[in-house]
Amino acid sequence: MDKFTKLTGIAAPLPLINVDTDMIIPKQFLKTIQRSGLGKNLFDEMRYDDDGNEIPDFVLNKAAYRNAQIIVAGDNFGCGSSREHAPWALLDFGIRCVIAPGFADIFFNNCFKNGILPIVLPQEEVDKLMDDAERGANAVITVDLESQTITGPDGGSISFEVDAFRKHCLINGLDDIGLTLEKSAAIDAFEAQAAQSRPWV
Amino acid sequence: MTGKTLYDKIWDAHLVHEAEDGTSLLYIDRHLVHEVTSPQAFEGLRMTGRTVHAPDKTIAVPDHNVPTTAGRDDPANMTEDSRIQVAALDTNAKEFGIHYYPVSDVRQGIVHIVGPEQGWTLPGMTVVCGDSHTATHGAFGALAHGIGTSEVEHVLATQTLIQRKGKNMKVEITGQLPPGVTAKDITLSVIGKTGTAGGTGYVIEYCGEAIRALSMEGRMTVCNMAIEGGARAGLIAPDEKTFAYVQGRPHAPKGTQWEAAMAWWKTLFSDDDAHWDKVVTIRGEDIAPVVTWGTSPEDVLPITASVPAPEDFAGGKVAAAKRSLDYMGLKPGTRLQDVEIDTVFIGSCTNGRIEDLRAAAAILKGKKVKDGLRAMVVPGSGLVRAQAEEEGLADIFKDAGFEWRLAGCSMCLAMNPDQLAPGERCAATSNRNFEGRQGRGGRTHLMSPAMAAAAAVTGRLTDVREMM
Repeated sequence: MDKFTKLTGIAAPLPLINVDTDMIIPKQFLKTIQRSGLGKNLFDEMRYDDDGNEIPDFVLNKAAYRNAQIIVAGDNFGCGSSREHAPWALLDFGIRCVIAPGFADIFFNNCFKNGILPIVLPQEEVDKLMDDAERGANAVITVDLESQTITGPDGGSISFEVDAFRKHCLINGLDDIGLTLEKSAAIDAFEAQAAQSRPWV
Repeated sequence: MTGKTLYDKIWDAHLVHEAEDGTSLLYIDRHLVHEVTSPQAFEGLRMTGRTVHAPDKTIAVPDHNVPTTAGRDDPANMTEDSRIQVAALDTNAKEFGIHYYPVSDVRQGIVHIVGPEQGWTLPGMTVVCGDSHTATHGAFGALAHGIGTSEVEHVLATQTLIQRKGKNMKVEITGQLPPGVTAKDITLSVIGKTGTAGGTGYVIEYCGEAIRALSMEGRMTVCNMAIEGGARAGLIAPDEKTFAYVQGRPHAPKGTQWEAAMAWWKTLFSDDDAHWDKVVTIRGEDIAPVVTWGTSPEDVLPITASVPAPEDFAGGKVAAAKRSLDYMGLKPGTRLQDVEIDTVFIGSCTNGRIEDLRAAAAILKGKKVKDGLRAMVVPGSGLVRAQAEEEGLADIFKDAGFEWRLAGCSMCLAMNPDQLAPGERCAATSNRNFEGRQGRGGRTHLMSPAMAAAAAVTGRLTDVREMM
């Protein structure tokens, strides 16, 4: 997993609530057995028409946002299925950070496993960043995970919360499985005890 | 000391390690696997030289991609990409030595129907799967939720999951349901009330007289859609119905182990003095047969209502409702019962069990599907299908004009050839009405199996009570 320390990039506005995982990556693209290559189909049904042509009005098709690395969105972003193809598609497109008033649990969790930072902010702060993002290529935002601050194009700064363990893993690009395997003894002990107390499992 | 909720009890019984900041390592009793969210996880194991820690607790079945038409065990009848994904699961199951129900096995079906059917899902367990509808298994008083593929790999490698404990939410359905109102109407009505983010960060326990009165099939329908309400997991305390359902299933405990299990299972309820972070109470008598009108599962209204206007809402929902109505091709003020449909889909992990098929067949008996309408039943598993044939339900469906399919996820998410065409309007017993969910441009109205059957007969959204 790539480390996430400090990101300066263009923020794309997506002022919709309940952006679901079927919107982020429709099911016909879940048939891959790889993690990579999904970026071209990110938001596929909003981004392309029935003939596969780009829909010019969609934010990521606009010249100013084609290289966006941040998305500012409405509440309950990532609701729906558990498909990790959603963060994979975002990452493959180049998105490393999503800012919204709220996220669906599983999506939120999946982001951290892929070096993407989901940031929850109060609605007023998101509205402000949404305004900033509307400025297109001039909407360059800096997200500093170390200091937990977002700096907007006008220099104003907003602080955000992040779980300490998840922050540690993101900053260091740590592999969860490796960390857990360091606790093998505790897992073995649990299994030995469970074999006594719940032998039917 | 305050008491514990059911969730607290299951959590405590599975806690391997807890760090000072609350980051916890939770032991996983059952890991269910399907072909769409697992290939990258198995590949990850291979690349790091890791193995499956507990293959005897890992159960795989292909369901999302598989065709539901005859001849499907011939790989030539699958599209290339689907075939590759199913073949990858075949290979991974064999190579890593996990339990497996291939397409050719009569026990194959939707993973959330197969787990309980085979007795893999038991009260008090932790159950995970790379699929958000894992919440279904909560009906047994198990802590069950969906995980991403990185977590699938983590569970395969360690049989544990890194978690932070969620909050406790109680959803109580009091009293009795009126005639024509089912488990599906309960779960949709709860989401209609709390919203799709209302349960975010919570584990829901459903309780109350109306929940107790539900069969296990109905309870699975309720818990299945906890995720549509934002909660990762929904559960129901086990009782005599639960134990009766579990007993005798192939992987349920037997003999002295059954006795030992029962002794613990009977302690699995929320204490009277347990703390709840949020409580929602709905009177069973107030629940009506409902349908969805929009593209979010929270867009729920009684069948007797009319299509709302965007201005009926506030905040971001105004724009969302406008977008939904455009997508759905609906005008505010239209009576829901006047909305004509093209297709009926009965099936899915929400409503693909035997009781669902019985409820639909009871409405369809001696009736015909409206001319020109496409209607299909996709049983949730091969065993559900066999039972429905034995009970004569299959004949009722076929005589009415329904296609009688083989088991799988099918048109719930349209990863196989069962899809809606752009603009095609469907009465569906599945769980999501998102844009494009059942096929690009397809329009989905969620409802109960009985309501879907009624719609098949009239060709429009219909109040099932008129046919009872």
